[in-house]
Amino acid sequence: MVNVLVCVKRVPDSSSQVVLTPDNQAVDGRHAGFTVSSHEECAIELAVRLAEATGGLATVLTLGPAEATEQLRSALAVGCGAAVHIEADGVAFGPADVAREIAAVVRSHEAEGRGHDLVLLGNDASDTGDFQVGIRLAYALGLPVVNGVSTLEVADGVVSAHVDGPDGPETYSVPTPMVATVLEGGVEPRYPTLKGRIGAKKVELETRSAATQPAGAHRVRLRLPPPAPTTVEILGEGPEAAPSVVDLFEKLGIR
Amino acid sequence: MILLWLECDANGVTEISLETVAFARSLSAAGGGIVIRAALFGDVPEAARDQLAAHGVDEVHHVTGSAYDAYSGAAWASALQDIRERTTCVVVAAAGSPRGNEVIAHLAARLDVPMAANVLSFSGLAPFEVTRQVAGGSALEDMRLPRRPALFTVAGHSWTATPADQRTTPVWHEESPAVAEADLIARVSARGEAKEDSSGALTSSRVVVGAGRGAGGPNGFGGVMELAEMLDGALGVSRVVTSLGWRPHHEQIGQTGSRISPELYIPCGISGAIQHWAGCSSSKTILAINTDAEAPMVTKAHYAVIGDMHEVVPAIVAELKRRAV
Ligand SMILES: Cc1cc2nc3c(=O)[nH]c(=O)nc-3n(C[C@H](O)[C@H](O)[C@H](O)COP(=O)(O)OP(=O)(O)OC[C@H]3O[C@@H](n4cnc5c(N)ncnc54)[C@H](O)[C@@H]3O)c2cc1C
Ligand SMILES: Nc1ncnc2c1ncn2[C@@H]1O[C@H](COP(=O)(O)O)[C@@H](O)[C@H]1O
Repeated sequence: MVNVLVCVKRVPDSSSQVVLTPDNQAVDGRHAGFTVSSHEECAIELAVRLAEATGGLATVLTLGPAEATEQLRSALAVGCGAAVHIEADGVAFGPADVAREIAAVVRSHEAEGRGHDLVLLGNDASDTGDFQVGIRLAYALGLPVVNGVSTLEVADGVVSAHVDGPDGPETYSVPTPMVATVLEGGVEPRYPTLKGRIGAKKVELETRSAATQPAGAHRVRLRLPPPAPTTVEILGEGPEAAPSVVDLFEKLGIR
Repeated sequence: MILLWLECDANGVTEISLETVAFARSLSAAGGGIVIRAALFGDVPEAARDQLAAHGVDEVHHVTGSAYDAYSGAAWASALQDIRERTTCVVVAAAGSPRGNEVIAHLAARLDVPMAANVLSFSGLAPFEVTRQVAGGSALEDMRLPRRPALFTVAGHSWTATPADQRTTPVWHEESPAVAEADLIARVSARGEAKEDSSGALTSSRVVVGAGRGAGGPNGFGGVMELAEMLDGALGVSRVVTSLGWRPHHEQIGQTGSRISPELYIPCGISGAIQHWAGCSSSKTILAINTDAEAPMVTKAHYAVIGDMHEVVPAIVAELKRRAV
């Protein structure tokens, strides 16, 4: 039985044009809508598969505003069995703050006899891209951490975590409890079924408030990069453009 | 003093690590000639010694020993922490590669100081303020790093890996700092064979031919692959292509794939969504092939051909063959 905690962050959907909030402290998702990062969707999938395969429980957690319960419900709809909402203004929380808050929940679950064998996070959040919450969490809990995991298995209290390393595939064998951050690409996240969606509505959320005052993210402001000038030169239309294309290759010294 | 964690591949120091050295030189100059130290772990190819001198590194800490034979983020950060304490460096940085971000994040957690990922530039030294890429490159964040050491990674391809004006004669320190058992628990325990066409080729090729939904299906890549081969280039794809299972994930370019910066990128049937652009915007020249003249990829490209990739690409291949004889 493997109990997994998977941490997700409510972020603006990044498939449309980026807009900033009026105070320039965050990306505004009001028009684009909200989601979780694709790395986290894969982390949820891995958590649910492990729980299903071992008769364990996948618990989803988020720190964020009241609306972030939407993201918890979506995770419940694809197979998570429990959800924790740390109610807080996420923007005021820097990565070290978030890690500390998640650690407090993990410790309190442990004390209540419902500890987690594995904590999964995304490799990086698609809005702030800090690349560090998972690692900070591991240190806060005194646990080992593997970064950038694409797939994993657990057997006899040992996690085999597979990473696409710079020189080829790598495996880490680490005893539980441990922390892993997930990179998309190893598994295909499932879609919720109607039954899943109805079931998700019935789950009672564990709501908590933040344990400490946040130190913040040291953010001065966000800005949008200046638009690149468009100076495209159309070489032609259809196959007739081929000679001009090859002329360009020659000009660039490509062949 | 500035301490850099640099990565090597078989040919020497990696391109993006050398870009980080260029960033550090600029920081060093702004601070009146701050000493630049580099830490390298494990095997260091002979070529790296000359590169470090040519790129202006003053001191090199070469870390080896059984504790470092296999990669472990915690162990490597522990050694880096040891070096930084002995040398009292006030800045520790690495390239914004997966490993660079990981090692610096470990150090940040160990020292309990902030870390800025994917930094593009710095403005003030006191307070030390940096600008970094967020939201997959579609927004910038100005961030303060008030604590010492200041920890950050440098966004790939935001600097050019040019050699320094003045060569240095780096002082070489061979070392093997002690590591706590706990830092060795999560270390690589087994390694598989590198995939032949892994993303290495994609990020290092001078030419990349891209293909998106316009390929039409798993069998729609023959033309682009032939073109890539003729140009001695690599094939890269959009996320739609990997999500649909038409091509493997390691070929994906973009925010959640590889970041490329070839001499020439030829995206075919790719719309140029912001997440794709995040991975290809530093290409020197972009030639888009698309049926839609209004597609963002076309309007942002340097050159474009408007047309069906299944007609245009084979015509380019034929023209290349015609001129080759
Ligand atoms: C969090 C997140 C992360 C993401 N990460 C990435 C990423 O890393 N990389 C990535 O690529 N995407 C990523 N995406 C997806 C991205 O938003 C787009 O959906 C995707 O890039 C679109 O792929 P495409 O251009 O192949 O398809 P489409 O957007 O459908 O565009 C197809 C294009 O092909 C053209 N076309 C069609 N037929 C032909 C033809 N016969 N000949 C020539 N042109 C033709 C069309 O005019 C169109 O411009 C991410 C999205 C999110 C939300
Ligand atoms: N507010 C949050 N609530 C829950 N998990 C979070 C939060 N912020 C970050 N995380 C997790 O930490 C990962 C890395 O985030 P970051 O270090 O900010 O790039 C994310 O993919 C999430 O899994």
